Amino acid sequence: MPVTLFPHGIAHYALGGAIMGLGVALLYVTTGRPGGVSTFFSSSWSWLVRSPFFRQGAFLESRYWRLVYALGLVLGGGLFLLAGQSVEASHIPAWKLALGGVLIGFGARLGGGCTSGHGICGMASLSSGSFVMVVTFLGTGIATASLFKWLGV
Amino acid sequence: MKMAQSVSRFDTLATLVSGLLFGFGLAWSTMIRPESVLAFLTLDDLGLLFVLGAAVGINLVVYQLAPRLLGRTLLGSSFEQRPFALDRKALLGGVLFGIGWGICGVCPGPALAGLGAGNADLLIALAGIFAGALAHGLWAGRPASAAG
Repeated sequence: MPVTLFPHGIAHYALGGAIMGLGVALLYVTTGRPGGVSTFFSSSWSWLVRSPFFRQGAFLESRYWRLVYALGLVLGGGLFLLAGQSVEASHIPAWKLALGGVLIGFGARLGGGCTSGHGICGMASLSSGSFVMVVTFLGTGIATASLFKWLGV
Repeated sequence: MKMAQSVSRFDTLATLVSGLLFGFGLAWSTMIRPESVLAFLTLDDLGLLFVLGAAVGINLVVYQLAPRLLGRTLLGSSFEQRPFALDRKALLGGVLFGIGWGICGVCPGPALAGLGAGNADLLIALAGIFAGALAHGLWAGRPASAAG
């Protein structure tokens, strides 16, 4: 029964994805930058940490626009509320957010990108490496979430 | 000088609006709600395939055609390539990222947009992501003698 695969329909998913896509496309067409988000979490450390890794050119040259882009993402969420839309409350335990967050931060930086960098920009660039990365984190994501659901935690 | 300044002002504005659209779309698609992402990862609601499909579909066209048709970007810079080389370390990173994603249903973009939409709990996830990125940088930048 294909209907049960989409209990909430698909309209808002497709429209939301299209708006996201327009944002990433606008960044590329105006500035030429692939709009991955995760590098922001490394490049911002270059303001505080003096080690050679964080002082590398790739971070120093991009940290300003990445900060502006991140600010835009936060404001975009705020605009959604201002537009009169509501968001259902979320109840993820703090330990999951903290543990998951550290793994996401470390993993995305070691893996050279996240769901936006590999998932949108990399796949749109037809990068075979990004396809492999997407399959990898989608696979381990599905396995982990399913395991937690099965364990009931 | 004046020209360079106005270009950089447009650059900042374009970057801000791009992020804003991205964040708004993430909210519209419900991806800013971790429960929604977890329902996808447990295969209870595959709607997120349409989020990815629409976002990738639009950008597939733009990324493939814009450099060929325009030559340079609308603000005059050149189109950048994503620097990425697939190797074992990157794969390990993908595995760790997926595990973290599966634990909490958050990834970097939705963490930022979800905070903007009022979910203050996501500050915990954002702190975790910053800590993870710092740990990666300290580990990756350790002295060459220990690198392997």
